[in-house]
Amino acid sequence: MEPRLLENKKEFSLKGFFMQWEWMLVLLFVAMTIMNVNLSEFYWNFDNLRDATMSFLDKAFIVLPMVFIIILGDIDISVGSIVALSSVIMADLYNHGVPMPLAMVICLAVGTLCGFINGLLIVKFKELSAVIVTLSTMIIYRGIAYILLKDQAAGKFPDWFNFLGWDYVGGIPFILIVFAVFAVGFWYLLHKTTFGRKVYAMGSNITASRFSGIQTDRVKIIVFTLAGLMSAVTALFLTSRMGSTRPNIATGYELDVIAMVVLGGISTSGGKGRMIGAILAIFLIGYLRYGLGLVNVSAQTLLIIIGLLLIFAVAVPQLKRVRSKR
Amino acid sequence: MKNRGGQPVVVPAGSPGPTGSGQPAAATKKSLSASIAKFRELGLLAFIVILAVGVQFRNTSFLTWENLNDIATNTAILSILAVGMMLVIITRGIDLSIGATLALSGMIAALTVKEYPGLNPYVAVLLGVGIGIACGAVLGFLVSKINILPIIATLGMMNVFRGLTYEASGGKWVSAHQMPESFKAIATGKVLGINNLIFIAILIYIVAYYFVNHTRTGRQIYAVGSNPESAEVSGIKSGRILWLVYTIMGGLSGLAGVLWVAKFASAQGDTASGYELSVIAACVLGGVSIAGGSGKISGIILGSVLLGILNNALPMIDVSPFWQNWIQGMIILVAVLINAMVKRGIDRNNLMRRRI
Repeated sequence: MEPRLLENKKEFSLKGFFMQWEWMLVLLFVAMTIMNVNLSEFYWNFDNLRDATMSFLDKAFIVLPMVFIIILGDIDISVGSIVALSSVIMADLYNHGVPMPLAMVICLAVGTLCGFINGLLIVKFKELSAVIVTLSTMIIYRGIAYILLKDQAAGKFPDWFNFLGWDYVGGIPFILIVFAVFAVGFWYLLHKTTFGRKVYAMGSNITASRFSGIQTDRVKIIVFTLAGLMSAVTALFLTSRMGSTRPNIATGYELDVIAMVVLGGISTSGGKGRMIGAILAIFLIGYLRYGLGLVNVSAQTLLIIIGLLLIFAVAVPQLKRVRSKR
Repeated sequence: MKNRGGQPVVVPAGSPGPTGSGQPAAATKKSLSASIAKFRELGLLAFIVILAVGVQFRNTSFLTWENLNDIATNTAILSILAVGMMLVIITRGIDLSIGATLALSGMIAALTVKEYPGLNPYVAVLLGVGIGIACGAVLGFLVSKINILPIIATLGMMNVFRGLTYEASGGKWVSAHQMPESFKAIATGKVLGINNLIFIAILIYIVAYYFVNHTRTGRQIYAVGSNPESAEVSGIKSGRILWLVYTIMGGLSGLAGVLWVAKFASAQGDTASGYELSVIAACVLGGVSIAGGSGKISGIILGSVLLGILNNALPMIDVSPFWQNWIQGMIILVAVLINAMVKRGIDRNNLMRRRI
C-alpha cells in the first residue's frame, strides 16, 4: 500500500518570509537607530553602545522564560517581586556572615522556589487564572522582602561580586556573554525540543494537548519554575550592578518584560511567536531607552512611550485578525 | 438542600456496595462547602466582628466613635472603586490602571483649582470624573473593539496615564496651601451630618445596587461574564457592555481621584500607586469570582470594610507597617483559594443533584 505522505515542510515563499513580524522589528530597529544617530552625536559610539547594553540586559534574562509563559497563554506578573526577594535574601544572608558564593546559590534557589510555588498554585487551582495567582504572590514576595529589610538598603558586597555587572571578558561585557548562552539555550528548548513543541501545543489548545498525552501540569510547573530561576539570575546581575539592594528594587520589571515579549510578536492569546522576536525586542527597547536618555527625554515620557509601544504591539496583530475575519 | 431528603431513599437502592458506602460521606462534604457559599457574607461579617473585638482587647481606643468614623472615611474611596472593579471582574476582566487614572484625574483637578481658586468645587469634581471617563473609554475601546487582553491593555495604559500625570505636573506636587479651602472642603464637608465621602459612597452603592440587580444592562453584565458566547447569541451586544464597564470604572476612578486629592490635600505623581491591588483584594475578599459572572454588592461592601479595618487596626496593635504588604497578599491569596474550593464544592453538588 502506498504510504500516505504528510507534507511536513511548508513551501518556502519569499513574500511569506518577508511578511513576518520579525522583519518589522528589524525595520523598526533600523529606523530607531537612524533616529537616535540623528538625535545625538554620542549614540554611534562603540564604547557607549557596549556599556548601554550592560545596563539594560539585566531584565532580558526574564524575557526568555516569559516567552514560554505567554506562548502558554498565561502571564506572570510576580517576576519583579521574585527579583527583589531573592536579591534581598542574598544580601541579608551575606550581611549575616554567610559566604558570598553560598548566598548566591541560595539566591538562585529562592527564585526557583518562588517560581515553583507560582506554577504549583496555577496547576492545582485551574479555575484561577495565572493573573490572580501571580498578582497575589507578587504582593507576598515583595512583602517578605519588606519584612526582611524594612526600608533599609543592604550591600557592602565583596569586590569580586562587581564582576557580574561591570566587567568584560575579552572586550565583551560578561553579562552579554551569559545572556547569549541563555538565549541560545532557551531558543533551543523552545524550537528544537519536544518540550518546546508541547508548550506550543498547550498554548493552542490545552484540552487537546492533555488528551494527546502531554503532562500539561508538569510542563506548566517547569515553565513557571524557569521564570523564577531566571528572575534570580536577573537579581544577581542587577544587585551586582547596583552595588546594594532594597526591597523596592526591580519594581515594574514585569511590565517591561511583558512589553518586550509582546513587542517580539508573541501573541497573548497563546500558541504563537518565536524566541528571536523577543530577543530583537529586548535590544530595540534597550537602545531606544538609551538613545532617548542621551537627549534628556525624561523617565516619565519613556514610561508613556513604552506603554504605547506595548498597546501598539498587541493591537496590530489583533487588527489584522479582525480584518481577515470579515 | 432539596436533595438531602431524597437521597437515602434513592442511593442504597440504586447503587452497589462500594459506591453506596462512599456516597453519603461525600454528600455531607459537598453540602458543607455549599453552605459556606451560602453564608459567605455571614462568615465575612463574623470575621469582621471577631477581628474588631480582638483588636479592641489589645487597644481600647479602637471601637470609639471617632475611630470608627475614621475607618469609614478612609474606606469610602476604596469601596467606591470596588464597585467599578466588581463590574470589570464580573466580565472576566481586570483593571490595573485605576491607580494611575485616579492620580491623573486628581492631579488635573488639583492643577485646575490651583490655577482658578474661585472655581466651584463641583466643577472640579465633574472635571475629574470627565477625565476618568475618558481614560476608561480608551481602555474600553482597546478591550472591546481591538480585543486586547484586559491585563495587557490596562498594564500598558497604566504607564501612559502615570506618565501623563508626571507630564501634567512637571514632576511637582500640588500641596495643601495651593488648594483653595472650598476644594478641600469636598472631603471634610458634611451632608445630613455624614461626611461627604461616606455620603457619596452610600449614594454610589444604592445606585449600583439598583443598576446591577434591577436594570436590563446590569443583568447583561452578568450574562456577558458568565458565558460570553451565549450572551452574544442571545442578542446582547457584549462589546458595548465591556466598553460601558471600563468607562464606569474610569468614571469612578476619576471621582475617587478628586476625593483622594481633596482628602489628603496633596496631589503627587505617584498618588495611589499600587492602590489597584487593594481594590482587587476588596473584591476578591467580597466573593467576586475572578472567573467572571458572579459578585454581589453586599460582598464588596464587606470586603472593603474588612480591608479598611485591617489597615486601621494593624498599626493600632503595633504590627510593623512592613508586614502589611505580606498580610494583604496572603489575604488575597487565601481568599481566592477559598473561593475556588467553595466553587468546586458547589459544582460537585450540582453534578450530584443531576444524577439523582
